Amino acid sequence: MKRLLSTLALCGAFGLAAAGAQAAKLDQIKSKGFIQCGVSQGLPGFSTPDDKGNWTGIDVDFCRAVASAIFDDPTKVKFTPLSAKDRFTALQSGDIDILSRNTTWTISRDTSLGLNFAGVIYYDGQGFMIRKDKKVNSAMELSGASVCTQTGTTTEQNLADFFRANNMTYEVIAFATNDEVVKAYDAGRCDVLTTDRSGLAGERLKLTNPDDHIVLPEIISKEPLGPAVSHGDDQWFDIVKWVYFAQLNAEELGVNQKNVEEQLKSANPEVKRLLGTEGKFGEGMGLTNDWAYRIVKHVGNYGEMYDRNVGPDTPLKLARGVNALWNKGGLQYGMPIR
Amino acid sequence: MNVPAEPFAAEIVAVDDHTFVRREMQAALPPPRRQVGIIGWMRENLFSSILNTILTLVGIALVLLIVPPLVRFLVIDAVWTGDNREACLAPGTGACWPFVKAKFGQFIYGFYPIDQRWRVNVVFALGAALLAPLLVLSWPGKKLNAFLFFGVYPVIAFILLTGGNINASAFLLQRFNLIRPLTGDVTVAGLNVAFWADYILTAVGAGLGALLGNARGLARAVAATMLVLGVIILAWDIDFGLQPVETRQWGGLLVTLVIAVTGIVTSLPLGILLALGRRSKMPIVRLLSIIFIEFWRGVPLITVLFFATYMLPLFLPTGTNPDGLLRALVGVAMFTAAYLAETVRGGLQAIPKGQYEGAMAMGLTWGQMMRLIILPQALTLVIPSIVNSFISLFKDTTLVLIVSIFDFLGQLRAAFTDPNWASPVTLYTGFAFAGIVYFLFCFGMSRYSMFVERRLDTSHRH
Amino acid sequence: MAELAGTERGARSGTSFINDPKVRSIVLQVVALVLVVVLGWMFIGNARENLAAQKIATGFGFLDNTAGFGISQTLIPYSETSTYGRAFLVGLLNTILVAVVGIIVATIIGFLVGIGRLSKNFVVRLLSTTYVEVLRNLPPLFQILFWYLAVLSALPGPRQSISLFGEVFLSNRGIIIPRPIFGEGSGTVLLAFGAGILLTVLLSSWSNARREETGRGLPMLWIGLGLVIGLPLIVMIAAGFPLTFERPELKGFNFAGGTRVIPEFVALTLALSTYTAAFIAENVRSGIQSVSKGQTEAAYSLGLKPSLTLRLVVIPQALRVIIPPLTNQYLNLTKNSSLAVGIGYPDLVAVFAGTSLNQTGQAIEIIAITMGVYLLLSIITSTIMNAYNRRIALVER
Repeated sequence: MKRLLSTLALCGAFGLAAAGAQAAKLDQIKSKGFIQCGVSQGLPGFSTPDDKGNWTGIDVDFCRAVASAIFDDPTKVKFTPLSAKDRFTALQSGDIDILSRNTTWTISRDTSLGLNFAGVIYYDGQGFMIRKDKKVNSAMELSGASVCTQTGTTTEQNLADFFRANNMTYEVIAFATNDEVVKAYDAGRCDVLTTDRSGLAGERLKLTNPDDHIVLPEIISKEPLGPAVSHGDDQWFDIVKWVYFAQLNAEELGVNQKNVEEQLKSANPEVKRLLGTEGKFGEGMGLTNDWAYRIVKHVGNYGEMYDRNVGPDTPLKLARGVNALWNKGGLQYGMPIR
Repeated sequence: MNVPAEPFAAEIVAVDDHTFVRREMQAALPPPRRQVGIIGWMRENLFSSILNTILTLVGIALVLLIVPPLVRFLVIDAVWTGDNREACLAPGTGACWPFVKAKFGQFIYGFYPIDQRWRVNVVFALGAALLAPLLVLSWPGKKLNAFLFFGVYPVIAFILLTGGNINASAFLLQRFNLIRPLTGDVTVAGLNVAFWADYILTAVGAGLGALLGNARGLARAVAATMLVLGVIILAWDIDFGLQPVETRQWGGLLVTLVIAVTGIVTSLPLGILLALGRRSKMPIVRLLSIIFIEFWRGVPLITVLFFATYMLPLFLPTGTNPDGLLRALVGVAMFTAAYLAETVRGGLQAIPKGQYEGAMAMGLTWGQMMRLIILPQALTLVIPSIVNSFISLFKDTTLVLIVSIFDFLGQLRAAFTDPNWASPVTLYTGFAFAGIVYFLFCFGMSRYSMFVERRLDTSHRH
Repeated sequence: MAELAGTERGARSGTSFINDPKVRSIVLQVVALVLVVVLGWMFIGNARENLAAQKIATGFGFLDNTAGFGISQTLIPYSETSTYGRAFLVGLLNTILVAVVGIIVATIIGFLVGIGRLSKNFVVRLLSTTYVEVLRNLPPLFQILFWYLAVLSALPGPRQSISLFGEVFLSNRGIIIPRPIFGEGSGTVLLAFGAGILLTVLLSSWSNARREETGRGLPMLWIGLGLVIGLPLIVMIAAGFPLTFERPELKGFNFAGGTRVIPEFVALTLALSTYTAAFIAENVRSGIQSVSKGQTEAAYSLGLKPSLTLRLVVIPQALRVIIPPLTNQYLNLTKNSSLAVGIGYPDLVAVFAGTSLNQTGQAIEIIAITMGVYLLLSIITSTIMNAYNRRIALVER
């Protein structure tokens, strides 16, 4: 009884002191010393852990770039593997600071789910993968097929739209995680596996015999994949957005991991503004002025990030395509730093 | 009347003298061969009726259908050496054991850094060394042993597994947003001073308050509590020189055991409290206990885990983010506590009313009565059920897989997707291995609970 | 004397406040209540603040929005244009389907195995014991995954289906059976079926009453079978077989026509019912063992056959012991059906707390509804079982 009372008194004393003001996201992150980054449970090229639990992939690298900008240290980031269905709840609840998990930017997610998309890391579209021995050459021949997909993705909805629009019947089997989808497809539960085409390239590597499967030519949707933060903190949103733009600008200006030290001496005003030798753009966001220099030094520019994780020299063998810079025929366009 | 007796006696003597009369009884004939030995046993047990014969034959057919292929798959046709899938691709091969060997480290430790795995081994070994004497009922020194296992071991295990230097005062400060306006720039050193100042002030304030209220005992209790708490927090601040390993890197059997053991250790006291609450005479306490117990018993563990893992921060002050594994642990502990409460309640109900009345007649307070008389008896009664709850808790740990914590089963599933080991038999090998491991744990525990049940059985059954 | 009384009173007044049990109990209860209210208020306040800060939509309006995703097994008409509310119903019905089928199968297997564990036949006893020990000691999620993945990858594709009489097909797409199509006049057949059941119930209660009085009842099994099956059959023949079957045919990727039982459902129901059956078997065994041996011996000495002894003497008494833990097993099975999310069976958790939650982002509302539904299912199941328990409980005179 007495002990109980004393414990209560203690709780009360702490409780009174606990009523404090809300801190901004950036301050919270600085005081805890790392970024909590939500990634996928394993999608080669985007975010995947190796045998030792080290994460690699373009989504992972983006989180490292944000960590570099804040802490000058790309390792100050912790990864939370999330299934597609749990990702938004995790971001909304504040469990993670940034969601970098090949997530499609849509209006409902941007508005009613309370998300802010910071940019498009990878422009993608939904495709189908099927066994070669089914002898199917086009998605229009898929009527009556069983389709495996992941729950809680735009893929699930696009699929419904595509089959309805083309007056075809289908059966959808939706699993909670990527691995389950691949396993069920591999076991023959369904004829077709559908997800983003970049995802197909990654998932194909996990199959027993990757060469027995082909990706059909049709792209049935637009899937702009990018990092997202939650509503309510503009400063944090700005930082994530501009980390992405800085990486694009660095590629456009030819600043990369190898030459970034030399570029510090560059006379080009655009490079000077990017690397912080001129202007005080970093401080405007609550960072240091060499924020972009740190990003390029630790993680590299957008092109390097792309080539390292998903580019033609990786097992995924994805050409730049629409993900090339705007001045090379692509869609990637970094807003000017000035 | 005596006359006839004599010749009769004489006759007996005479008979005894005849040598052709058997001296010993003839040995009984063996029963018919159809009723003894293997044949008799079989007639009795296997073929006593037509139905029984049919059942026997079907049963034998079933055994023949299951056992030989199983043995062939697991042992005879199994592959024992190899470095990748090539070894297991030949048609007709059995279990691919090199797959288990290659993934064994992950099954046990998850992503725990390889050069730090000795810490996990020490924790395992220490746990086994402390648990074994606790389980042998006749081993002396149960009190010390229980104290070491339930009091000291968790602390050591915690320090070894996490690295121990979690800097609790800074952690608390940051969580509660204390004194932030005072120090401005947030440095750990500054926060520490502020924390301890606040801590001592709180302690002195609470103590003085109690003293002014003329409750010396209360003041002493407050001081003691604050002291112990202070020492614990201080201990957390010590750097043990171990590399910190965050819980995200834990996995495999380590996580399974951590969840199961922590779950049972924390849920048992909570369960006892709830059981007492449910049997309390105070209506509000009883109502709250009933609501709590029935709520947790009524919802699936998956939804609880989902809530604890992804939604909890929504209900806490902004920026409060307890560790992911910790959150799952709390969910599991609450869930188990509700079930244990019902088990303990059963034990409390089984204690005869005379025990309560006797204790009260002796002038014991409610606390003394429960601590000294009722609970020891009630808990002894329900030890087997507690072990059974532990078994189901052990099995339920597999559900954390659904909230992205990779326990033993989770690591197994992750290993299935490794293209290096993709072969037709990988799946079955993995399931066979995991099945054997889970079975050994659960079966061992259930046998132990039966053994304890027999040993502690004091009822006078005949 | 007066002095003594004074000190006594003084001592009492000094300690009475803290030591008075009534005051203590009131204080404790008030503290507990205040603690719970404050905690709850804090939780709600925080959630409201956090939601407002992020401008996340709240409320239950989303239930009327178009869901826009497909579901692989629907018991009621559902399409991509249906609402989230409809999706919720589909998921709920799928959960109930698994629970009901699972409970029935688990009860049957459980009783058989439980009786088998007490059988005199050594082989039967050995098999039953092995069954219980193995299945009880493996995690249910493990068993579900095993049945799904291991059995699924062992089955052939739809083109190489294993067929039974060319009517039923088994493949990794599930079990496909001919679908009955009810033609004109099938309504009367259905009516006859209902009438058969009604008549059976009435007759059996009458027969029971008569047996109580005169010791002679009707052979209800045969009469019941005749009424329930025979009557509709006669009506059907009279109506000229209004029932036709749509036979499954292989078309393109899958079978067209026929009714399909999806493998996810089979795996889930199979795993849950065999797992739960192991526990039920143990309940049944201990229930039967709790019936004292004298009862069996008395029944034998009255000349009852073993089968009748089991049915009329042992089981009715054992049921009193079996029913309460059986209720718990039924509840466990219902809750364990939420493990469907591991293999993609569209149950309530997968469809509603999974896809719908993800698309609408309204976690609090959806999880609250989901938990509420499970609580409701639990309450309904335990109410039914408690009512049954009361009916069979020992009536002490």
